[in-house]
Amino acid sequence: MLNELTLAQTIKDLKNKKISHKELYADINKAIEKDNKNLNIYLSLDEKALEKAEKLLNTPLAGVPIAVKDNFCTYNTLTTASSKVLENFKPQFESTVTKRLQNAGGVIIGKTNMDAWAHGSSTETSDFGRTLNPRNPEHLPGGSSGGSAAAIAADMTIGAIGSETAGSIRQPAAWCGVVGLKPTYGRVSRYGVASMASSTDSPGPITKTVEDAAIIFNAIAGHDPLDGTSSAQTPPDLTKYLGTSVKGLKIGVIYQDIKGVEFANEKLMEQLKVFEKLGATVEKADAMDPHHAIGVYTVVQRAEVSSNLARYSGVRYKNDRSFFGDEAKRRQMLGTYTLSKGYAEKYYELAQKVRTMFIEDLKRLFKEYDVLIAPTSPVLAKKIGATEGEAMFGELEDMLVEASSIAGLPGINIPYYHDKETNLFLGMDIIAPMWREDLLIQAADAFEKNTDWNTWRKKS
Amino acid sequence: MKWQDTYEAVIGLEVHAELKTKSKMFCGCKNDPFGAEKPNTYTCPVCLGMPGGLPVANKKAIEWTIRLGLATNCSINKFSKFDRKHYFYPDLAKGYQISQYDLPFCYEGFIETSQGRVELTRIHLEEDTGKLLHKTIDGEKVSLIDFNRGGVPLVEVVTEPDIKNGTQAKEYGKKLRQILRFLGIADCDMEQGGMRLEANISLRKKGETELPNYKVEVKNINSFRFLEAAIDFELDRQAEILEKGETPVQETRGWNSVKNKTFSQRTKEEAEDYRYFPDPDLPPLHFTDEYLEEIKKAVPKLPEEIAIEWSNKFSLDIEKSKELANVESEKVIVWLEEILNKLKEENLDPTLFINDYLNKKINISQEMNPSEVVKKFKELHQTENIDDSLLKEKIEKVFEENQDAVIKYKAGQKQVFGFLMGQVMKEIGKKVDPKLIRETIQKSLES
Repeated sequence: MLNELTLAQTIKDLKNKKISHKELYADINKAIEKDNKNLNIYLSLDEKALEKAEKLLNTPLAGVPIAVKDNFCTYNTLTTASSKVLENFKPQFESTVTKRLQNAGGVIIGKTNMDAWAHGSSTETSDFGRTLNPRNPEHLPGGSSGGSAAAIAADMTIGAIGSETAGSIRQPAAWCGVVGLKPTYGRVSRYGVASMASSTDSPGPITKTVEDAAIIFNAIAGHDPLDGTSSAQTPPDLTKYLGTSVKGLKIGVIYQDIKGVEFANEKLMEQLKVFEKLGATVEKADAMDPHHAIGVYTVVQRAEVSSNLARYSGVRYKNDRSFFGDEAKRRQMLGTYTLSKGYAEKYYELAQKVRTMFIEDLKRLFKEYDVLIAPTSPVLAKKIGATEGEAMFGELEDMLVEASSIAGLPGINIPYYHDKETNLFLGMDIIAPMWREDLLIQAADAFEKNTDWNTWRKKS
Repeated sequence: MKWQDTYEAVIGLEVHAELKTKSKMFCGCKNDPFGAEKPNTYTCPVCLGMPGGLPVANKKAIEWTIRLGLATNCSINKFSKFDRKHYFYPDLAKGYQISQYDLPFCYEGFIETSQGRVELTRIHLEEDTGKLLHKTIDGEKVSLIDFNRGGVPLVEVVTEPDIKNGTQAKEYGKKLRQILRFLGIADCDMEQGGMRLEANISLRKKGETELPNYKVEVKNINSFRFLEAAIDFELDRQAEILEKGETPVQETRGWNSVKNKTFSQRTKEEAEDYRYFPDPDLPPLHFTDEYLEEIKKAVPKLPEEIAIEWSNKFSLDIEKSKELANVESEKVIVWLEEILNKLKEENLDPTLFINDYLNKKINISQEMNPSEVVKKFKELHQTENIDDSLLKEKIEKVFEENQDAVIKYKAGQKQVFGFLMGQVMKEIGKKVDPKLIRETIQKSLES
């Protein structure tokens, strides 16, 4: 089935006329028709996708379908951020990421489900119903970019776009057994992405392979004058780092002594031997306790959320604040509280200070190591309904990726273990210093090519 | 007894002025709210607060704010940032206004007035809000929002409570407006709301140094005359309350320009909480010394400084010089200075020119080039020769036609001389040295 092809292979086959757009989109649509209803991955689909794709053969992305998280504004197309507040919202402008994707020849095949406003790590808080994990529908896909990760896992697209504030690309990628690249904060423009926590929001690719992630990164990264926090640096061509040697690469393995992560850590240490065989050094390293990152992230993110959602007042989007779901309401209340007079010093300002401590701690580690590795999530994908009564569900799930998120560092999730009983995956998170996505690609690609965990690589 | 014998006024002003940059503060939209033909023409996802609309700061507006600070003797924060100020109002698209909280661009400056120095607490930069229009459409009362003004750069200049009365407030306000206009950064059209005034007013017993335990804020004043009247009214009103042994209510009041009264708008039970925090969409700003030096170079000399220079260079009376230099654009200063230089070159009296100019005796405009102006000035004072016999002839004619006046003069009513002089000049019909005419008439009368 052509929908099972990787992005790199699809582009190649299309350009070589080995396959046609018609055949490709037919297989994709078949997968969508078969499972979208029960898995609840796409909120909306572009019926003219094939028509658009056929005109794009001579572009870098050759008209491949890309699934996009529903918090990216797409011109005249429903953009809801999975919230009832925006259920009728059709933006009259295009986000920079989707604009660049389309300029490179990508076709936005549909908009994917997510935790409402990206508040969560389960896709259960969507106002339009939860998404199920295609690897095992009794389990959650993770979130908040759960729809995009699930679309990849279910072969309902060739490539996908998610956005991460702290874990929202890497964690669903881990739970769905796919690749998720969170670029350095400021590397990919946030323009046109409904803001969650402005100081950490980072759009990025969710894909089948590391190579696919590099290809999409190349299409979307780079300075955007419409985003004041976007970096002026020219991004590297990540495809150049595919297949390069990791000999001499110094890897620090962090979060080895954290309670509740024993199983994931044990399997991780086994797998990291692959790197040693390839000539890299692997060493346990002590990082600042990630439990503190939960506090920092929770305070900063809720504060920014309460501010960023203030605009949805009912004046413009018809549906007023009563349309917010429970999670969004909780976050706004907590954020409002932590920014209030007399509390801002106690919470917000203190959190920013501890945030700086995390940044310094990671800088210290990067003096000794080229990359740091830890499990992305402490556990395999949890069962549906796991978020009920768990107001801090996401923060606990994302604990291991929060430090790098609040520090703005790039990270990539790749699968490193498959649980046969549940058909679920564990993913590792490789993180690098600011602007060093090249190191991530180098390490992740080496691991992927020298192991069998990637289900698409195995097939080809 | 007047209250002024017992109390003294404690008044601080907050002045907002829209900067006239080409584009808005945080987006590329045209900054021309008063020129827009229709509501909501100059808008985009950013100034409408759409999802994912992100602000990018307008460099020029920042430079201009610093320029204003340097022109008003302020210190500049070399590290600064923008903060979000949260409140709900339908004309505020994002639910917060991007403003500056604890690190304004400029702080601790001053502006001199004839009643003493007014210290400036701070000058910061923020974005203006949209405008609400309340209308009845098809019999239904509706509120409409126009965002042409939303996101226009707005400077806020805050003073210490140094102002003593309405007159001083008015003088301060006018000076500030002159500086804003002179720097070429704001039009300050008060009727349209391009400059808006707020006064915090209270009274304390003479000799006390503490701030009073209440203050009354008078908002939305759109002329200096109203500012003066509102302050004076408010001081009288508060004195009356204090005299009764009561404390005026801490509140916001408006000015009714028809009744010439302030009126209560809103009482503040407790301080508002705007939940300020640094805007994460806008990276903090670091200004280098070189950068600030560049801005400093662009700050022109202000009218008062120029007046002193002129007074020395052209030997002018300082008050006359100030009066001449009291203009609102640098262009006019350059024009006037060129004229003064030309007058000096030709040994003409600059004071005479200034009097003619200020009293509008000389018909010139700023479009005229300085040489032309000097020519006109010379023409104004140029006299023509007249044949002695012709002059005498004309005088005789006037005497004959005004025999009454001649008789009166000879009887000792010397004041009719002016009348006769005027008649003669009219008869001559051209400009002749008045001294010559005067002397000739006198001789004729005495003969």
